[in-house]
Amino acid sequence: MAKTLAEKVWESHLVRVGEDSAELSEPDLLYIDLHLVHEVTSPQAFEGLRLAGRRVRRPDLTLATEDHNVPTKDVELPIADEVSRTQVETLRRNCAEFGVPLYPMNHAEQGIVHVVGPQLGLTQPGLTVVCGDSHTSTHGAFGAMAFGIGTSEVEHVLATQTLPLRRFKTMAINVTSADGTLRPGVTSKDVVLAIIAEIGTGGGQGYVLEYRGNVIENLSMEARMTICNMSIEAGARAGMIAPDETTFEYLKGRGHAPKGAEWGEAVATWRQLRSDDDAEFDAEVDIDADALTPFVTWGTNPSQGLPLSERVPDPATIADENERIAAERALAYMGLTAGTPLREVSVDTVFVGSCTNGRIEDLRAAAEVIKGRKVADGLRMLVVPGSMRVRFQAESEGLDAIFTAAGAQWRSAGCSMCLGMNPDQLAPGERSASTSNRNFEGRQGKGGRTHLVSPLVAAATAVRGTLSSPEDLD
Amino acid sequence: MEPFSTHTGIGVPLRRSNVDTDQIIPAVYLKRVTRTGFEDGLFSAWRQDEHFVLNAEPFRRGSVLVAGPDFGTGSSREHAVWALMDYGFRVVISSRFADIFRGNCAKQGLLAAQVAQPDVELLWKLLENEPGTEITVDLREKTARTNGASGLTVAFEIDDYTRWRLLEGLDDIGLTLRHAELIDQFEAARPARLPRTV
Repeated sequence: MAKTLAEKVWESHLVRVGEDSAELSEPDLLYIDLHLVHEVTSPQAFEGLRLAGRRVRRPDLTLATEDHNVPTKDVELPIADEVSRTQVETLRRNCAEFGVPLYPMNHAEQGIVHVVGPQLGLTQPGLTVVCGDSHTSTHGAFGAMAFGIGTSEVEHVLATQTLPLRRFKTMAINVTSADGTLRPGVTSKDVVLAIIAEIGTGGGQGYVLEYRGNVIENLSMEARMTICNMSIEAGARAGMIAPDETTFEYLKGRGHAPKGAEWGEAVATWRQLRSDDDAEFDAEVDIDADALTPFVTWGTNPSQGLPLSERVPDPATIADENERIAAERALAYMGLTAGTPLREVSVDTVFVGSCTNGRIEDLRAAAEVIKGRKVADGLRMLVVPGSMRVRFQAESEGLDAIFTAAGAQWRSAGCSMCLGMNPDQLAPGERSASTSNRNFEGRQGKGGRTHLVSPLVAAATAVRGTLSSPEDLD
Repeated sequence: MEPFSTHTGIGVPLRRSNVDTDQIIPAVYLKRVTRTGFEDGLFSAWRQDEHFVLNAEPFRRGSVLVAGPDFGTGSSREHAVWALMDYGFRVVISSRFADIFRGNCAKQGLLAAQVAQPDVELLWKLLENEPGTEITVDLREKTARTNGASGLTVAFEIDDYTRWRLLEGLDDIGLTLRHAELIDQFEAARPARLPRTV
């Protein structure tokens, strides 16, 4: 029978098929190939193991890094926030006790967990990857089935290297354009924001999304990761892209990628990892990429987005009562007036970074826009590489000098202002253009107002001081 | 986990859709390494508004939350479930739950009861017109019934396996370890080229 990519990966990881009876249908039991761990969602899981007298079944399939809490400046000093420091130290103790490898602050491989896994070559096609973090969907860009889990599930995977799961439904998202490219100034971030605006924050619930079509095929691995990363913002636990030459090229030679004869064997297997031509999806969505322009969010959930060329919407025109109330609340929280052109919305802070857009290509794109220009007066711009490797790479290319010459702050690696668990936060009422993934109320700091944007829009906005795209610059 | 069969408590109308887990508990409360004491973080930004429903009697003593669609979206933080339970909630009713949040509820014994949106609207009106109305949630029957003059009964949906686990109070890791031999067999057959982190 014809199968989708998601079904193939699922079936190759079945430890046990759940029994189905009239009264009870059990979930399947799936083997997990890679378990990524960070300091925030793991302490209670390790404590659970300790209380039950259990060990970590496969420390060699588990990797921890410090990312959410870590400061991005003065990183050689102890963490000033005592509670954050305790959480990071707890991870170090747990990893030592249970034998889990860890990349701590200041290690050359430290960084955001979803940036670290791929750059080490650990994230590979056809694997099952989990992490106590909803943006684990990022790793689906390699044709892995990757999804976020809660702390109880973290404990479950640590103890058993498996998870009981119900089969997901499958949704094909076909992104196409006449020549397979995106228009100038349009990035994969704009594509995924447009997809979320189209299907809504709940549209992907219960589904694995498979992104396909000529536009997806022409994207780099980094651009693919940006799209898969935000699958969760459409409610889908996982998003996947079939591996191809671009994937193999990215992986070849990376530390944990197969070597020698095993490389050829692996690639031959990976080539099978695509949805069969006559495979049926439970749902399909078509996106016309020729119609896409730079996209920004205006509200407090990621589906509340519009092309930058539009105006702040008028809630009175929204038919659905719940959505209308949500839009009214969002405008009040965001301090926006219906009808204002989005290009006239002024911004206090620009954040470039996160597991969505904190990779080297993202920094290159932002640097190219800002090179030779200045950050607008009174505006703060933070550039936070997604990992130490990204930081070193950027510095070797001189990107740090471009950013600092423009008046931006060049920082060390971590999640930073995406969620403000470290000192990088918005003040109440402060407005940001952010390359991160969530514009929820208070996400970047209590009372902070977030507009989600691409790295290109972020950099142009930093120069003009209002939401802008590179074409708005002289 | 404590078995769950029925629960009766004051219903709290939360007329908001897309209640994300950053609203349920902001990231600043996630720095703790303990498993309890998260009630202070629950809806902490909204609770600073004196008109927020949980700041009014009798709702502040509520234990059955009735919320708008797409409850629990966003971050995978199980802290959202801990905060709701530490505050005293035992049941959340909504017409649509985010997947990870629903899974986390099932692990902790917080009942996520999926009810059709028109029924949510009926419950909201009733709870607002008669504050303090108690709701009895019966997991065996899969119903939520308001106690009082109105006597509204609505049906809810829940995955049958989750329902069974909650009724029995069973722990997932224990259930999985019944199949330890199958895990051993699967592991022994995995190709040697698959990546290791060490």
